[in-house]
Amino acid sequence: MARMKFLCDDERCIECNACITACKNENEVPWGVNRRRVVTINDGQPGETSISVACMHCSDAPCAQVCPVDCFYTTPDGVVLHDKDLCIGCGYCFYACPFGAPQFPQDGAFGNRGKMDKCTYCAGGPEEDHSEAEFEKYGRNRLAEGKLPLCAEMCSTKALIAGDGDVISRLFSQRVVQRQLHESENGEPTKQANLWGWKTAYKD
Amino acid sequence: MGLENRLQGLAMKNLVNRIGWILVVGLVSPVLASERDVWRQVRQGVEGYTAVSGPETGVLIQASGTDWLFIRNELLAGTGAWAIALTVLALGCFYLYRGQVKLAEPLTGETIERWSGKERLLHFYTATLFILLSISGLSLLYGRATLIQWLGHETFSSYAQTVKIIHNYSGPLFIVGLVLMGMAWFRDNLFNKHDIEWFKQFGGMVGDSHPSAGRMNAGEKAWFWLLMLAGLMVSVTGLLLDFPNLELGRLVIQTSHVLHSLAAFLLIVGALGHIYIGTIGTEGALQGMINGKVDKSWARQHHDLWLKEIESNEKESTHHSK
Repeated sequence: MARMKFLCDDERCIECNACITACKNENEVPWGVNRRRVVTINDGQPGETSISVACMHCSDAPCAQVCPVDCFYTTPDGVVLHDKDLCIGCGYCFYACPFGAPQFPQDGAFGNRGKMDKCTYCAGGPEEDHSEAEFEKYGRNRLAEGKLPLCAEMCSTKALIAGDGDVISRLFSQRVVQRQLHESENGEPTKQANLWGWKTAYKD
Repeated sequence: MGLENRLQGLAMKNLVNRIGWILVVGLVSPVLASERDVWRQVRQGVEGYTAVSGPETGVLIQASGTDWLFIRNELLAGTGAWAIALTVLALGCFYLYRGQVKLAEPLTGETIERWSGKERLLHFYTATLFILLSISGLSLLYGRATLIQWLGHETFSSYAQTVKIIHNYSGPLFIVGLVLMGMAWFRDNLFNKHDIEWFKQFGGMVGDSHPSAGRMNAGEKAWFWLLMLAGLMVSVTGLLLDFPNLELGRLVIQTSHVLHSLAAFLLIVGALGHIYIGTIGTEGALQGMINGKVDKSWARQHHDLWLKEIESNEKESTHHSK
């Protein structure tokens, strides 16, 4: 069985924000909720680095461990999903998540946040596949159609890649080898390769 | 996968790792400030630029999240459960050993007012909210490990939704009660020299002595100040938790949650003792808080200095009226 992961290649991400637009449009995410975001470190300085980040679908996901109503589950593909019918909007998942993935439609007083919303890896939710209820609550279920998340599919530089962890890490290591060959031929110092966020997210 | 399995993933060796890690970060962070390695900065929670608005969207990785998770699921849940269980056990054992503290002398039939109507209303207003807050708070912390298997996920979720709302709205009302209590009983609860003797004799809980006390005995004063101090902590942190729209950042919320839980456990343990002494522990104490009146022999046994004061005031006023 595949173990689905996200990988963002910081050498390729150009901060075009197309992944965010793709996600918002495909899943018809409500206003104020962003399942994915691009963060630029050292913006405008030498060494500027951009990363596209959403729910990383962690192993032993911290959100699932802290949830008071146990509304999270991991699919056989390793995708972390949650049941909005059970969610009480306590916000604990947001406080536990390393990546700031959980989002809430309301930020009102007295803890009224509404139901949590986050990246589903375009895999819908506990409702019946492709049902209206599933789309309404969780967005498109592309995985059930045999398609990968649209953010990665739309990425113009293929910085953001999605798929089975073994496959995408092999792809990434080929890139790294190519880059190092290229850089050493040109006499430039080789750069370190980064499987960004993987140490935090994955144990397998 | 059961909760136990998930919690086992965060066993003792993780605690050691975490403490080690916190030490390492603390020691080397000045060095890393000049470190150009972007990924180390990211793991430390450095904030970048993002076009997406919202709380802390510029942070790629927040390091405190999993620490907070560990503190909540392991340390707080564990310590709290033991604290409450041991308190109940200790009170049960004490009751078996001591039984109810009876009145030493027969009732005189003469009563005096101990708690005014307003005071009793304030007491039961705050007490009711305290019990609601305790049950709802404990349900959110322990419900998943205890209630879900009885109620099922859906019923428990509805229950949790309800208690969450109760908790978040009755919290501010509880603070009003605390403030009014502080103003009403502050003067009576200032410690004086009699309190040392009272503590030395364990307030007459052990043995048959009846140490002197004014309107409040030293035990009541200790509970009052615990309620005020832990109450202040639970109130301030509770307000921070109740208003996520202030967008104070996750570290503030995580810290508030830990302090809130600690203060709440202190109050729950204190309240268990307070309820024990005020009900089955002491003959005649509960009637005082319900009717507002206590028998003079009860007052003489438990609050002799207060009774003397009242009697001399009465004499004085009758003297003046003559």
